[in-house]
This record gives sequence, C-alpha cells and structure tokens, in this order.
Amino acid sequence: MTAIIEARNLTKTFGSTTAVDSVSFTIEENRIYGLLGRNGAGKTTIMQLLTGQDFATSGDVAVYGQSPVENAHVLQNISFIKESQKYPDAFQVRHVLASAPWFFTNWDQSFADTLLGEFRVPLKRDIKKLSRGQLSALGVIVGLASRAPITFFDEPYLGLDAVSRQLFYDRLLEDFAAHPRTVILSTHLIDEVSNLLEHVIVIDEGHIIIDSSADDLRGSAVTIVGKSVDVAAFVEGREVIHRDGIGGLSTVTITGQLSAADRQAATAAGLELAPVSLQQLIVRLSVLEDAATEGVLS
Amino acid sequence: MDESRPIFLQIAEQIENDIISGALAEETQVPSTNEFAAFYRINPATAGKGVNLLVDDGILYKKRGIGMFVAEGARTRLVAKRRDQFTEEFVRPLVAEAAKLGITTAQLAELITKEAHA
Repeated sequence: MTAIIEARNLTKTFGSTTAVDSVSFTIEENRIYGLLGRNGAGKTTIMQLLTGQDFATSGDVAVYGQSPVENAHVLQNISFIKESQKYPDAFQVRHVLASAPWFFTNWDQSFADTLLGEFRVPLKRDIKKLSRGQLSALGVIVGLASRAPITFFDEPYLGLDAVSRQLFYDRLLEDFAAHPRTVILSTHLIDEVSNLLEHVIVIDEGHIIIDSSADDLRGSAVTIVGKSVDVAAFVEGREVIHRDGIGGLSTVTITGQLSAADRQAATAAGLELAPVSLQQLIVRLSVLEDAATEGVLS
Repeated sequence: MDESRPIFLQIAEQIENDIISGALAEETQVPSTNEFAAFYRINPATAGKGVNLLVDDGILYKKRGIGMFVAEGARTRLVAKRRDQFTEEFVRPLVAEAAKLGITTAQLAELITKEAHA
C-alpha cells in the first residue's frame, strides 16, 4: 500500500477557535475512507487543507509528496465535491457537465449521462432552479464521473432521498471496483455507509479520536444488558465507555473483544450481549471525549 | 450483515453455507470479489478478505485469469468443521436455556425427538 496523502501536526485556527488541532494521519491509495464526526468537528476544514483550498496555521500536508496549494500537478488528480458547491449564475446542468472534462482527465461522459438519467437531473435546467436534492445529485454525478485518483465527498447528499442515496452507494461501489481510486467520504449518516468503508477516521473538536480499519472497529465494543449486580461483576476491570440503567437493570458498553469463554460466562450469568454499531460506538466515544475535556471523567 | 463481527468473516461464512447447502457445487466457479461486494453492498477489499480466508483454508482455489472455484472435497471438510462447532454453538446454549426454564434432560430429549418427527 502506498501513502498518497500525509498530514503532519496539521493545525488550523480561526481567531481564537482551533478548528483542527495538530492532527497527523495517512491516506493510502485505492481505499474508501470515512471521515466522520459531529457538526463543527473539523471535517470540512481538514478537507480544505488537504485540497489546498486553505492554508494551515501550522503543520503540513503532502499529497503525492508535495504541498497541494496552487500545485497543478497535485490538484489535477483531485475531485472535491462540497456540500454547497457554487456555480456561475447563468449555468445550466449541461454547462457543468460540459466544463467538467476541462478539469478531469479521466472524465467519463457516458457514465455521467447514465447517472444523470438515474438521478433524474434535468440537463437543461438552470442550476439556480434545481431542488436541494437535485443539486446534491449533480455533485455526486460530477464526483463519480470525474474518476479522479483522489475524490473527496463532503456531505454530498444534503436533501437526497433514500432511493438516490442507495443509488449513490451502489454506483460508488461498482465504479470503485472497476476503477480503483482513493475516496474520502465525510458524512454523519454513519450507519448507512459503514459497510462501504475500509478505513475510518473520526474527528471530534479538531482531534482524531479514531483512526482504524473498519474491520477492527466492528466488534471492538459490546453492550452488556442484565441485572445490575451481574453486569457490574462482569465488566469489572474492563474499559467502560457508557453506562445506563433503569431499576435493577443495567446497560453497560465496554471496549475490547470478548473471547468465547467470556461470552459463555455472560450467558451463564444470564446476561445479554448486544452488538454496538459503528454509529453507536462513535456517539459513545465522542460523548466520552466531551466528558473528559470537561473533567467529569479522567 | 450483523454488526458484532467483522464483515469479512460473515462473507466467508455465507460462502461456506452456500457450499454446504449445495448452492455452490464443488469445482464450480464462485462469484468474483467485486460481484460479492456489489451484492452485499460492502467494500470490495472486505469481500476480498473473506474470499482469501477460504483460499487459505483450501476451500476455494484460484484459476489464474479465470477466477475462484470451489475445491474438491470442500463440502465434506466444511461439514466436519461445522459438526465440531455444533455442540458449542447449538447444544450448550440449548441445554443452558432448558435448565433456566426447568426442563429436565429427559424432557429435552423428548422435545427434540418430537420435533425431528414432526
């Protein structure tokens, strides 16, 4: 595997706000990454720094070993689909598609045409008159058909209906399989995309709280439900990331893999084990992070 | 897909199930990694990991330039493996649950016999 993007101690401050706080990570070639986190976590800022659309306050970014800022060699390999892409006032959909090949050498016009039909975006409509969902669909179409070696999708589907989102996931997987490339997808619809991702980076308040393969994360936490005393005995000495309870019942989420013996012991004690989805895990860890910064937990 | 276990293990298990049930016969070609990925809506690298697990176990084998095939004797070996796991995965929880409900071993045996003949 080849690293194509490297961020080292990347920091970005806006006045007194630190949007990105000394993060370091590596993006490897031909994988689908999820850049996940809450609103305002720093996802978009990181994408802007990686694509040379903003300057880092300190630290550095190397894409293909070079700084992306004003660097044609780097930027011609990048497609960055933003949540709210702006187009020239007089543009119609067909103008966007006509100008895309100027920027993307791998542009596939027939793929774009197919997608346009599937997403039902009218070719001769003024961009200003598109619905929010159609505007998002247009972004998705450009992102997929550009087949750029590095494609960023920043919350690409505001207003997209469930059918169109599924269509996006299906076409992304199919085209990724046929034309491998690096995809960085930022979203808060974590459950919907979790199976598509090979690697997950979770940002919270400008820090990376998870940087792990999706396979390792799956099953890295488990929720134990049962009588409070039994649950307490079982989780003794384990890392607890969430506690909840009602009456004499407890629900406790712990990290770490359970061995077959652990599972048997749990069943024997009358405890129920419930899986923790990627989304739940991220919610738990983000909340935990907040508590830690506020000094509630240590 | 179940959330608690790595997807590649679940893919491998699914292919094993299809071999055991006969849906994938020995010496026939199995779908490609990309076809599995599209069908289960998962990352192709994950699907590939599942398929490779079975290649390492000798359940599937590669024909260069053609694709993946089910190995000869794969079904027999999988059935033997699943039988080894049967007590742990099915009998033990069954006995535990029966004990919890106050069902005696004799009653349990009777229930199983009745179910098998139903």
